[in-house]
Amino acid sequence: MGLLQQLRRGSFRHGIHPPANKQVTAAQPIRRLAFAERLVIPLGQHIGRPSRALVRKGQEVVRGQPIAAADGFVSVPIHAPATGRIHDIRLMPTARGELSESIVLDVYKADTQEVRWREPVAAPNTLTPEQIVQAVQAIGMVGLGGAAFPSHVKLSPPDDKPVDTLVVNGCECEPYLSCDHRVMLERPRDLIRGIELAMRAAGVERAIIGIEDNKLDAVAVLQDALRDNPCIRARAVETKYPQGSEKMLIKSLTGQEVPAGGLPADIGIIVNNVGTLAAIGRLLPRGEGLTERVVTVTGPGVARPGNYIVPLGTPIGFVLQQVGHQGTHTDFVLGGPMMGPSVSDLRTPITKGTSGLLVLNDSEVLKETRRIWPCIKCGQCVSACPMHLNPAQLGQLAVKREFTRMADEYHLNDCFECGCCAYTCPSNIPLVQHFRVAKAYNREHAA
Amino acid sequence: MSKPTIELRATPHIHAPHDVVKIMRNVVFASLPMAAWSIWSYGLSALLLMLAVVASCLLTERLFNRHNNTLGDWSTSITGILLFLTLPPGFPAWMGMLAGFIAIGMGKVMFGGLGMNVFNPALIGRAFVQAAFPVAITTWIPAFFEGRFTRLIPSTLTPPFTIPPETAAWSQQVAVDAFTGATPLAVQKFDHVAAPALHLLTGTTAGSLGEGSALIILACGLYLALRRILDWRIPLAVMAGTWPSAELFHWIDPGVYPDGLFMLLSGGLMPGAWFMATDMVGSPVTPRGVVIYGLLIGIVTVVIRLFGGLTEGVMYAILLGNAATPPDR
Repeated sequence: MGLLQQLRRGSFRHGIHPPANKQVTAAQPIRRLAFAERLVIPLGQHIGRPSRALVRKGQEVVRGQPIAAADGFVSVPIHAPATGRIHDIRLMPTARGELSESIVLDVYKADTQEVRWREPVAAPNTLTPEQIVQAVQAIGMVGLGGAAFPSHVKLSPPDDKPVDTLVVNGCECEPYLSCDHRVMLERPRDLIRGIELAMRAAGVERAIIGIEDNKLDAVAVLQDALRDNPCIRARAVETKYPQGSEKMLIKSLTGQEVPAGGLPADIGIIVNNVGTLAAIGRLLPRGEGLTERVVTVTGPGVARPGNYIVPLGTPIGFVLQQVGHQGTHTDFVLGGPMMGPSVSDLRTPITKGTSGLLVLNDSEVLKETRRIWPCIKCGQCVSACPMHLNPAQLGQLAVKREFTRMADEYHLNDCFECGCCAYTCPSNIPLVQHFRVAKAYNREHAA
Repeated sequence: MSKPTIELRATPHIHAPHDVVKIMRNVVFASLPMAAWSIWSYGLSALLLMLAVVASCLLTERLFNRHNNTLGDWSTSITGILLFLTLPPGFPAWMGMLAGFIAIGMGKVMFGGLGMNVFNPALIGRAFVQAAFPVAITTWIPAFFEGRFTRLIPSTLTPPFTIPPETAAWSQQVAVDAFTGATPLAVQKFDHVAAPALHLLTGTTAGSLGEGSALIILACGLYLALRRILDWRIPLAVMAGTWPSAELFHWIDPGVYPDGLFMLLSGGLMPGAWFMATDMVGSPVTPRGVVIYGLLIGIVTVVIRLFGGLTEGVMYAILLGNAATPPDR
């Protein structure tokens, strides 16, 4: 990594620099977690229509077998994460806080838990773009970065929006998380194979991997692996939250801006997360479904933090039992601390979109219980907002319940709730919460 | 050991290590060197006046906010210290206390308290006493006068609601150098003699308590700018508005109009630009708004100084800038 490249690193304007807290987990290799006795697999764990269950109560399934089918194009199938027997299909708690229809699977304890169900595909090099898109859907792939948007939909842009660039998101800008970092270090071949498949599927000629410059070892590993590949480049970008948000990363890598309210495809770009592409590169050639994922389990409340391969559907209570946790006041966060939701129920399962399980405890949690002061118009939120909004003004309008004005005059809908404003607000005003309420209100009243 | 509790929090779960109290406390710390310099220059009278003004501000805040503790946020102390720094050294303490009452009562509480004030509260207090006591507010005392740590300026302890005694003769007696009783701005305006920049930088000229040394003001301001408590664009924009417009008039008639450097270093421009215009509440939040605001203050200051009846225009320029700030910019 030369000095020149350091200086040339791309970035976007505004944003924040929270402490990374990644060292502990980033330094250790990915380990495998045991199977829980019972897995909970929500049918709606991706964006789009929930999958349709294919199994009945009491039925035996083997690991890798499809247990739910895609319901339409913007939907994906689900594969059994373990060999076992279907205990029930019923409402179970999920990360979103509401109960959701889920397949409950009793795992056979004595089983070796090898993947026993594959749907072999032809040699990946011979697949047509349509066949790749189909195969990506067939393995149940969604964005593993957290959004859980079906990957095959992203890889099939509409004909009127030709794309020419694949941006591969290896920023992992959320503090504490390091699963993408470890995947880049340990599975560069899978990642590159996944990138090549995605490029062929979407018909793009070039791909850029954007990695925050606190992970220069990953940049080096990928650049080394890509020596003979002129179409794919790995580039370091500034370490700054929310660098991993797709609009920010596109700006940093290409200098282009996605129009307000638009999608990256509007400017000929598709964005995929490194974890997703590495999983495609690993699973698609084998015809294997997505049954597990790498999850960063960390935080001051975790005794043995690390990156673990966790079977999908594992209740977080089981994960915590395996890694050990402590604290009298504990905030369990699914994902990173900036955008991840708190969960109240330890039966909540790890799903396809869960990148991290963060346990903040005692002092970490209690020091966030602070007095809310009036807005002093310091403007720190304005300097932090990566979407160049005016969170101070939006916050004041929210208090006055002028929700439609927020959307019409102050671009509320461009806010993607990254949390920079609330992080930096010296008055501790819960700005993100205000904006969520406003958006929900507007959605309800638009209908 | 209490029962384990699962805390449910809205995102983000982490927060920057600062808050309103820390910011305000830092501003107080940053203004203390200026207060210390003014006490060094004017002795016991300055100390007494500062205590009177700050106490008056705190009592007023307490009086109007009996039910929630708003004193702990340090913002009232800032108003008190800044107001003190805008007053002339021999200002009667009772007038200072009245200024403090008006600053907090009219400048802040009446608008709804912390964060709601449209104008800089300290300048509201100062504007009030400027209108109410035009003589006392323009009576200057020589800095470093003899015996400043053993005796008070005769006007300091004027009984409330009485006219302060004449201090001109007394000033002549105690002054270490020849003392004209006029500020550099007044001397320039009426006699067209600009004070040397070095005197302005080191604070050996007549003026308000906080107008003494531009160097100390600059150092305190830079500290806040580096801590990112003060928006560095505001003082820069104020100066960028002042200097060229002053230079323009200086170029038209150097005999009448002073040069840009004199304009920058004299009077209340430095403390105004660094500590008054930067008051977060009254200044804009967007980068562009901040630049327009600063330029406006700088230009209006020059216009008032050169063409207005008053010798100093920073205060009204900042109040005008506050008024011109839209709530969403």
